[in-house]
Amino acid sequence: MTSGTTPHRSDWAIETHGLRKVFGDRVAVADLSLTVGYGELFGFLGPNGAGKTTAVKMLVGLIRPTAGSGLVLGRPLGDHRARRQIGYLPELFRFHDWLTGEELLDLHGQLYGLSRAERRRRIPEVLELVGLTEAARRRVRTYSKGMQQRIGIAQALLGSPRLVILDEPTSALDPLGRRDVRDLIRRLRADGVTVFLNSHLLSEVEAICDRIAIVNRGRVIALGPMSSLLAGELVVEFRLGALPDGTLAALERVIQIDAVQHGERPVLVARAADEAAVAQAVDLLVRAGVPVYGVIPERRSLEDLFVQLVNEERSEPR
Amino acid sequence: MKALVIAQLTFREGLRKKLVLGVVLLSLIFAALYVWGFHLFVQDWRAMEARRQAQGATTMLPYEVFASAMVLLGLWTVNFLAGVMTIFAAVGTIASEIEQGTLHAIVPKPIRRWEIVLGKWLGYAGMLAIYIGVMVAIVTTTAHFIGDYRPPNILQAYGLILLVALMLLSLTMLGSTLFSTVANGVIVFMLYGMAITGGLVEQIGTALDNDVLVRIGVIVSILVPSDSMWRLASYLVQPRIAVNFLGPNPFGTTVPPSSLAVWYSIGYMVVLLLLAMARFQRRDL
Repeated sequence: MTSGTTPHRSDWAIETHGLRKVFGDRVAVADLSLTVGYGELFGFLGPNGAGKTTAVKMLVGLIRPTAGSGLVLGRPLGDHRARRQIGYLPELFRFHDWLTGEELLDLHGQLYGLSRAERRRRIPEVLELVGLTEAARRRVRTYSKGMQQRIGIAQALLGSPRLVILDEPTSALDPLGRRDVRDLIRRLRADGVTVFLNSHLLSEVEAICDRIAIVNRGRVIALGPMSSLLAGELVVEFRLGALPDGTLAALERVIQIDAVQHGERPVLVARAADEAAVAQAVDLLVRAGVPVYGVIPERRSLEDLFVQLVNEERSEPR
Repeated sequence: MKALVIAQLTFREGLRKKLVLGVVLLSLIFAALYVWGFHLFVQDWRAMEARRQAQGATTMLPYEVFASAMVLLGLWTVNFLAGVMTIFAAVGTIASEIEQGTLHAIVPKPIRRWEIVLGKWLGYAGMLAIYIGVMVAIVTTTAHFIGDYRPPNILQAYGLILLVALMLLSLTMLGSTLFSTVANGVIVFMLYGMAITGGLVEQIGTALDNDVLVRIGVIVSILVPSDSMWRLASYLVQPRIAVNFLGPNPFGTTVPPSSLAVWYSIGYMVVLLLLAMARFQRRDL
């Protein structure tokens, strides 16, 4: 499960073995096994209804698994002693909105067991972090959706947690707010905090996460470091001059040509096993006297991977 | 203890709820009417006595029988309002917070689930203790200053009315861990109504000397002992002469529940609260 880029650890920040949750006759999570290392920024992905939120709720003890087990910060799921060091932003949350932002954080600080002095120090800090200092004395009821999400993030960070679990933290934010949260998450990682990010915003996850899991139908279908999951075949576009006969056939031995756009300046789209194959192809073209105007590698995006994996699953019989 | 954080939150939330505010307003109206009514009663009594003496007739019944009846009516209303307020305040305490999602950020905190239930219970209990205290004080000071009458055992009566409210609180909170807010409201109000009706049936049974009716009343008071504790309160808070004069009636009783019944009620309150804690402990949110 661990690959070269992640050092093997005997103890994980999160570790689950065959977690399963059945509601009546509906299987929300079938068999979830994953590991999240300390200090990692972990992305948890999956299509709607894949069981992501149910899985997260099991991690934080809101839901009891039907079967399976797990450890969070070295304690069994639902153990309240680990919770002092966990910050959690629920997906569909509503706070006691008759409190002001400051009062709400004071309440949550008390629940974390922070002393009065700690709360007095920490509350302005997290308000500043999420950019709500100005709105601290306003009732949460009067906050916009984005502000409510920010106060939710503030509440999760209040106890200076070692593990932060964020369930769709940017769903109500505008692009600027999203960037703020992305920066915030990066800063958390820089401080050594483990971040478990459940998000359906693939570009967001791709931009910041170290490792990801993709779940579908309550199962992990891909797990590993982002870089190695996105590696693999290269898709390359060649912009060329006139092609002598037989060049394509020669090229086919090195790379797999998917599409050819003929004309004065033909364009080829091809798949190569690795970069060496691309170099070989270019060499071959040059030696055949074909002008090479451009070789444009297309990085496989997380979205491509996601769509491919989920579609593969879909085509399999249930 | 973390439960006290929740207790404080519940108390503050209760003060801000419109429903509770409504009950308080109604209670103020009640207090005003009560003071006025007591005043009218004393005036009438004096006028009647004056007429009687002018006619040379002797007093039929002592003043305290009537004054006591006024106090009894006042306390009955307090008891009823406290019961209604308890149910309204606590009916959705767990259920609606699950429905709204406010518990989702609370439960994953380093607090045990049973502490959340206990904290809520304590918060409401504190609110009820104050509310009932103020209302009982309004009734007794009205009797004292306007009617020049001091009912006996008023502290015990206060304790028993509070016990009624706390039993209903445990019942309502248990229901709130089991059912949706609306279903719970319907169920608890039906049980509360059944307890009141059961008490009436028992009084009718006593008056008619009908064992079956009395037994129905007893069974109901085992199921929901709220009314029987009220009747014990009413028995204690009247002078004996008033109890005997009134006989079996909708607001009191001639046969007070035993101390065993009091212990049963306290046990009922505790056990239902424990069940609510146990249920919430296992509930998926």
